[in-house]
Amino acid sequence: MKSATTALKTGDKPRLKTSAMIASIAGEGQRTKPAPFGHALVELAHTRPEIVGMTADLAKYTDLHIFAQAFPDRFYQMGMAEQLLMGAASGMAQEGMMPFVTTYAVFASRRAYDFIHQAIAEENRNVKIACALPGLTSGYGPSHQAAEDLALFRAMPNLTVIDPCDALDIEQAVPAMAAHNGPVYMRLLRGQVPLVLDEYDYTFELGKAKLLRDGADVLVISSGIMTMRALEVATLLAADRVDVGVLHVPTIKPLDTATILREAGRSGRLVVVAENHTVIGGLGEAVGAALLRAGVTPPFRQIGLPDEFLDAGALPTLHDRYGISANAMAATLKGWLR
Amino acid sequence: MTTTAIGHNTHLAERAYRIRRNALLMGEVQGQGYIGQALDIADVLAVSYFHAMRFRPAEPEWEGRDRFMLSNGHYAIALYAALIEAGIIPQEELETYGSDDSRLPMSGMASYTPGMEMSGGSLGLGLSLAVGRCLGLKRKGSDSRVYTLFSDGELDEGSVWEAIMSAAHWKLDNLIAMVDVNNQQADGPSTQVMAFEPLVEKLEAFGWHVQRVNGNDLDAVVAAFDAAKACTEPKPRMIVCDTRMGCGVPFLEAREKNHFIRVDAHEWRLALDALDAGRT
Repeated sequence: MKSATTALKTGDKPRLKTSAMIASIAGEGQRTKPAPFGHALVELAHTRPEIVGMTADLAKYTDLHIFAQAFPDRFYQMGMAEQLLMGAASGMAQEGMMPFVTTYAVFASRRAYDFIHQAIAEENRNVKIACALPGLTSGYGPSHQAAEDLALFRAMPNLTVIDPCDALDIEQAVPAMAAHNGPVYMRLLRGQVPLVLDEYDYTFELGKAKLLRDGADVLVISSGIMTMRALEVATLLAADRVDVGVLHVPTIKPLDTATILREAGRSGRLVVVAENHTVIGGLGEAVGAALLRAGVTPPFRQIGLPDEFLDAGALPTLHDRYGISANAMAATLKGWLR
Repeated sequence: MTTTAIGHNTHLAERAYRIRRNALLMGEVQGQGYIGQALDIADVLAVSYFHAMRFRPAEPEWEGRDRFMLSNGHYAIALYAALIEAGIIPQEELETYGSDDSRLPMSGMASYTPGMEMSGGSLGLGLSLAVGRCLGLKRKGSDSRVYTLFSDGELDEGSVWEAIMSAAHWKLDNLIAMVDVNNQQADGPSTQVMAFEPLVEKLEAFGWHVQRVNGNDLDAVVAAFDAAKACTEPKPRMIVCDTRMGCGVPFLEAREKNHFIRVDAHEWRLALDALDAGRT
């Protein structure tokens, strides 16, 4: 850090391009919106007085500070205590509030899992859990990389699980979460969040998969930021006359099996599930199992994070390294089609 | 031999006796149960339900009630016994305890049982939920209180201390927590499993209003609840209840202390007889 700081001050060296501090998922020049979760929650909270915001010392890093500024008396700072956070959110919900609870995905899934399981899911409380740094969206290493959160939360009864793609998805998911009576886990993209889906005929519907573009050669079934990547890959491969379709599955649970079976069942296409998550227990295995159960067996591949503790580093480096950048994914697809 | 001090609270002594009796009858149904704990906490439950708390038996979810949160779900046998005595659960349901499709499972769960406000059993959970309920009640401007019971073994759980710190931070004067110090947890005496004393000093240092009483002395428990309710300090209240496993049934009280007291099939009747013999 010291040398980087010096370089910035003196200007005699270019700024580091491989620092772990480079943690944005937005590409250079990409359109973004600031803090879509925070702003959407504030807008919703004007008409839903039962909404409260709760966090474990991560308001600023989950965009909940926007809500805290707008509704200071409806904001609860619970300290760096994720188990308490989840338990208290359950108690709040039991008294008729609708808590929107934020922390990082690693802490909700790994540290507070039992509290979410018992106090929120088993008791079926109306708590909305929104967690930043899903999958590989931090360069800090495994302590902050929630590669397995979807696998864990998929396995929890009563819980709805959402993996939004961009700012538009998040803005539309927030009121949909509130309209659903029951516990929800949403993977949160924070800060300057890419805006992609406004260019497509798309609206977020809880529990629905949406075909964003059709393609004759490959069907990518994806969630979260991998839908954004898949759309980039489709553009890249169009130049090579490879026609890539993209089916966006923002709700991981309940899974829109009907739409997935319909699209994957169209013959002649390679089906690739792409997810910002370990290949174990996430969307890929959910889709694979759904296809097998229905006897739909297209050629099937998975793009996702490997079953290993991931490296620390700059996100662009890591996304290339683990095959979830657009370029890496395009190369992988081309290899499979060869 | 009377093992329960009754003093001036004879009506509460009768309640506590019937809570113990209900618990023994449930234990007899299954041939097992956390009867040692049920017997030790009966007096605290009697004072909670029949002296301190506000509730309507026919309307267990009445908005104006005080909430009772059972963190140590294995104490469900004791709470069912109290809920039966309170008229919230019908007496005849007692014989279904722990059976298939019963509303009275061995470990307490919110969705099963009227009057059971949380799913306990994963120890260390209850105080966090109670913090949330207290915050919620304050948001609503309600004057209802949250009573929560947990056990000394739960003090080993870090989350309990998260909640203890938080309750003081939020000045939750609508929270009355009771910790059952029977000095027995799964692997042995609680103080040997993990030293938690000096408990009063610790809790005071965390910003709580703290009292420590003999949890099997009804007069003392009544006085403690009265003081907790009368206190005007903006602090959460803790009542540390020192109790005796098996209290009220001398031969169980004298038995080698264990998390799970062994009771042979023929001994349930003997225990009921012993309880009756100690009734005054």
